[in-house]
Amino acid sequence: MAHSGINILFEGRNLTRLLGGLWISAKIAFIAIVLGILLGIILGMLRTLKNPLLRVILRLYLEFFRIVPTVVLLFLFYYILPQNFHINLNAEVVATLVFTLWVAAEMSDIVRSGLISVPRHQVDAGKAIGLTTPQLYRYVLLPQSIQLMIPATINLTTRVIKTTSLLLLISVMDVINVGQQIIEANNQHYQNGAFWIYGFIFILYFILCYPLSVWARYIERKEKLRNNG
Amino acid sequence: MKKGRILTGLLAAASVFALAFTTPQPTKAASNPSSVSAIKKRGTIKVAVFGDLPPYGWVNKDGKRTGYDIALAKQIGKDLNTKVKFVQVNADSRVDALKSNKVDIVLANFTVTPERKQVVAFAKPYMKVSVGVVSPKKKVITKVSQLNGKNLIVTKGTTAESYFTQKQPKVQLQKYDSKTQQFNALKNGRAVALADDNSYLYAWVKNHPNYKVGIKHLGPNQYIAPGIKKGNTSLLNWTNKEINKLNKNGFFKTDYNQNLKPYFGSDVSAKDIIITK
Repeated sequence: MAHSGINILFEGRNLTRLLGGLWISAKIAFIAIVLGILLGIILGMLRTLKNPLLRVILRLYLEFFRIVPTVVLLFLFYYILPQNFHINLNAEVVATLVFTLWVAAEMSDIVRSGLISVPRHQVDAGKAIGLTTPQLYRYVLLPQSIQLMIPATINLTTRVIKTTSLLLLISVMDVINVGQQIIEANNQHYQNGAFWIYGFIFILYFILCYPLSVWARYIERKEKLRNNG
Repeated sequence: MKKGRILTGLLAAASVFALAFTTPQPTKAASNPSSVSAIKKRGTIKVAVFGDLPPYGWVNKDGKRTGYDIALAKQIGKDLNTKVKFVQVNADSRVDALKSNKVDIVLANFTVTPERKQVVAFAKPYMKVSVGVVSPKKKVITKVSQLNGKNLIVTKGTTAESYFTQKQPKVQLQKYDSKTQQFNALKNGRAVALADDNSYLYAWVKNHPNYKVGIKHLGPNQYIAPGIKKGNTSLLNWTNKEINKLNKNGFFKTDYNQNLKPYFGSDVSAKDIIITK
């Protein structure tokens, strides 16, 4: 029995299955991030308006998604809500929906804080030359705050990718779920299979997330150079 | 300003609780989406199974679901004349999957317990498990009385631990955290025997021929049965008939020989596991 545990990755269709699982995780994360960011930008802009009712509603929305743990949200949407309202969505749809709403909530706060950090005199100057509110956002506020939002957004993105590992709880066949199947199916022959499978999954997640964090660091450095230099 | 913020916080908390504790509405009998006729109309039966518990429900290296529970699910699909859609669940989401109509039936090593009976309807059982004791062949333990005053290995949180703590206080327990640890402890001779679910032990002695499951059954038998949503009498009655039929035509024996026997040692026979009556 001189075989190394790494062979567990290459038995049968194991490797393809793991990559298939990763594809599902990545797909859900990607769709949720894109939709969530778009929705979050709109909500963030609405939150800077002066309407008190709108602000309270959006604030409640943000706090709900920020306070309640993602696991609870997934359970709520997948198991609990269907019992009360008779809507039955499949697991991947539920996952995408929950992640989109979560990203939108977090994003709205990033956008809001970015927008209000633009100096007040910029807004006044914009108004002085006769810009309407939409024009004010389009030409003055967004261009100046977007640089501030990018690092936080990338950080959020990596968090979303990592959190897809919770999806196995609602029966999504993501990369972790497939990994556990393989570990348990082989625990007779590969006693340390868990080490290799989780090690491989670690590398997969790393490949997805590391470029993003390098990018975030690069942008931050550029920002610092621009401000100080 | 600060007061306003506190108020918003409180409101947020209130809405969270309001959502979390919405009272469930009773499901209408007429719209039972898991009745036999509804399943036949749909053409698919949704079955909750495990994906990581060999040899009961697991996935082989070709990515195909296989195991003792899976074979039963496929047979049920065949007899209903529908396709089978497998929904992989974890131990703690089996009840919720039924309640929220994610699945029609649970075939995932579902042990019948009084607590579960309150929320789930169980059909006739198709398998039994109980606590077993494994010991070295040279000094085999065949009676519980042989363990009095001696050390016995168990894993924390198992039925074996609770059985010996409550019913056999004269036995000294050595408690471990994981399966790997407990079996290593036995191999190193730290105690005279080890107690755990008999089905695990059968599988373990298969690879460790110097040991033997001297006591196969201890305490009350526990039964594994199909779980069905409470109130779904249509599918419950059908499943009970189905299990009776499969018992008569020897399906479970074949299932045992195909899926379980290769994993269990030679001192186990089908009648230790399956139910024939």
